[in-house]
Amino acid sequence: MSDKCQCTPAAECGLILNEDLLWEKGRPGRSSMSVPESGVPAASLPADLAGDGPNWPDLSEQEVARHYTRLSTWNFGVDTGMYPLGSCTMKYNPKINEAMANLPGFVNAHPMLPAEATQGELQLIYELEKYLAEIVGLKASCLQPGAGAHGELCGMLMISAYHRHNKNKKTKVLMPETAHGTNPATAAMCGYSEIKVPLGPNGALEYATVEKLMTDDVAGLMVTNPNTLGLFENELPKIIEMIHQRGGLIYGDGANLNAIMGYADLGAMGIDVVHYNVHKTLSTPHGGGGPGAGPVAVSDTLLPYLPGPRVVKNGDKYEWNSDLPLSIGRLHNFYGQFRVLVRAYAYVLSLGPELKKASALAVLNANYIKEKLKHAFDLPFDQPCMHECVFTDAKQAPNKVSTLDIAKRLIDLGYHPPTVYFPLVVHNAIMIEPTETECKEDIDGFIAAMLQVAEDAKNDPSILQNAPIKTKVQRLDETTAARHPILTGDMS
Amino acid sequence: MKELNELNLPTNVKYDADHEWVSPGAPCRIGISDFAQDALGDLTFVEMPEVGAELTKGEEFGTLESTKSVSPLMSPVDGKVTAVNEALSDDPGLVNRDPYGEGWIVEVELKNTAQIDTLMDAAAYKAHVEKESAEH
Repeated sequence: MSDKCQCTPAAECGLILNEDLLWEKGRPGRSSMSVPESGVPAASLPADLAGDGPNWPDLSEQEVARHYTRLSTWNFGVDTGMYPLGSCTMKYNPKINEAMANLPGFVNAHPMLPAEATQGELQLIYELEKYLAEIVGLKASCLQPGAGAHGELCGMLMISAYHRHNKNKKTKVLMPETAHGTNPATAAMCGYSEIKVPLGPNGALEYATVEKLMTDDVAGLMVTNPNTLGLFENELPKIIEMIHQRGGLIYGDGANLNAIMGYADLGAMGIDVVHYNVHKTLSTPHGGGGPGAGPVAVSDTLLPYLPGPRVVKNGDKYEWNSDLPLSIGRLHNFYGQFRVLVRAYAYVLSLGPELKKASALAVLNANYIKEKLKHAFDLPFDQPCMHECVFTDAKQAPNKVSTLDIAKRLIDLGYHPPTVYFPLVVHNAIMIEPTETECKEDIDGFIAAMLQVAEDAKNDPSILQNAPIKTKVQRLDETTAARHPILTGDMS
Repeated sequence: MKELNELNLPTNVKYDADHEWVSPGAPCRIGISDFAQDALGDLTFVEMPEVGAELTKGEEFGTLESTKSVSPLMSPVDGKVTAVNEALSDDPGLVNRDPYGEGWIVEVELKNTAQIDTLMDAAAYKAHVEKESAEH
């Protein structure tokens, strides 16, 4: 193995171990535990329940431990290295979040305990809702939604409830071309059809375009600011004022909040509801099967429509209030994804006013990368960006090197690839979001790797076309994987 | 990606700005151009309308899913679907391998056969692709 490897300092090869499927391992009779001899006679199973069971493998504890540990070494995460996956805000998650979420009082709290026995949990919910509203400059927030897209649905359900309550006939929603894919899906779930809003030449919304598309049956605008190109929507306040005047409301997609904490006042901007992706902005774990949370913050207009019940403070006691006549109702059982919210709470309290610095550094890092790479890669919108920057493969395409090849080659150089082919509005996009948690040395390492990729593309495109070569498995057949996925193992 | 001069742009079909082609005559077939299949990459799924569906020029009638993205199929003409290419359900790669032949998507009965004349011929379409590529 070692003589085949041409390692760079960032990507060492070595003890990458193979691992069989669990049911290909073990030996009949092997076990991970010793069960005491039974002191009573065995009772036989009813005949209709007896028979051959699944072919479970007989494994020792060590085999199981090594199996999962080896699989984990094939993984890559924010604890392993820089993860510049644009639009995903893969910041490092401080370990204090985990320590707080694992406090025994939180771990062992039963969801059906009465309010008087869960004052600590209720206090956390009450305070985090207050902080999340304050961070974006809105009136109140609700922690119930169980993920970002759920928060989005919550926001649009509130807008829809508002229009129904006010007997406004609304059937459409304005949707910029840079919208996240979930936005039109959410609008459709709420019964709205979409009106696509094209971008101006600088990649942002233009007042005149939106004004032309605004009609009396438009329920509102779903807008991400900064948008998915990483650009700040400068004309938004004017656009929002016009939409408000004509009876529409504004859904702010909070996917990119990491760029503007403490800098942009969404309340003053006129946003009526915004969701948080706590896994992006507030450093809770991304995916991986863990639960998420997608709190929403609202303006005065939508406050009465927030999901319920809500935690209220009565003197020095916290209580549940269910007397919410206009509320859209409950969106999640019990307290929402409570222990994810504990992590977000720990992060917000750890940083406090420094949240503003987090945003500043996220923006600085993205602009630094943009400036360092723009001579080597095509930059479709050459202007100051927010927390992410978008390149394309246009400079490499004449050598038959695609965005995908660039992404794959980065793996050989020890970096997780950026987001590719998104946003759709940019042809063959390469979207880089370094986040604030990467230090200058790591960012410089990434830049050096990207510049080497650009050089390789010029001098020997085949290096990129065949990449990755240093990984455990090489270029995967993504087409066959998508057309004929094999999703089950054969245990027989 | 293919260079402009590598594109296969047959002259016996007409093209629209959204990169669909239409074959004149009966049956009138609709598919996507070599440029479109090359830009989308390997297709993994083709969502087609049902036989009998009414197509409206400029409106979506299905979707193409590739390893890169999901794109709408926009109808180049007004008409009624008389057949869909069932083979694409099992092998969407036909669109990549043979976009003008085995990779056709739907057959339609045109509302107005003269509508085809308003579409681009191969030379005009090539110029359109060139212009669009320059804008990217």
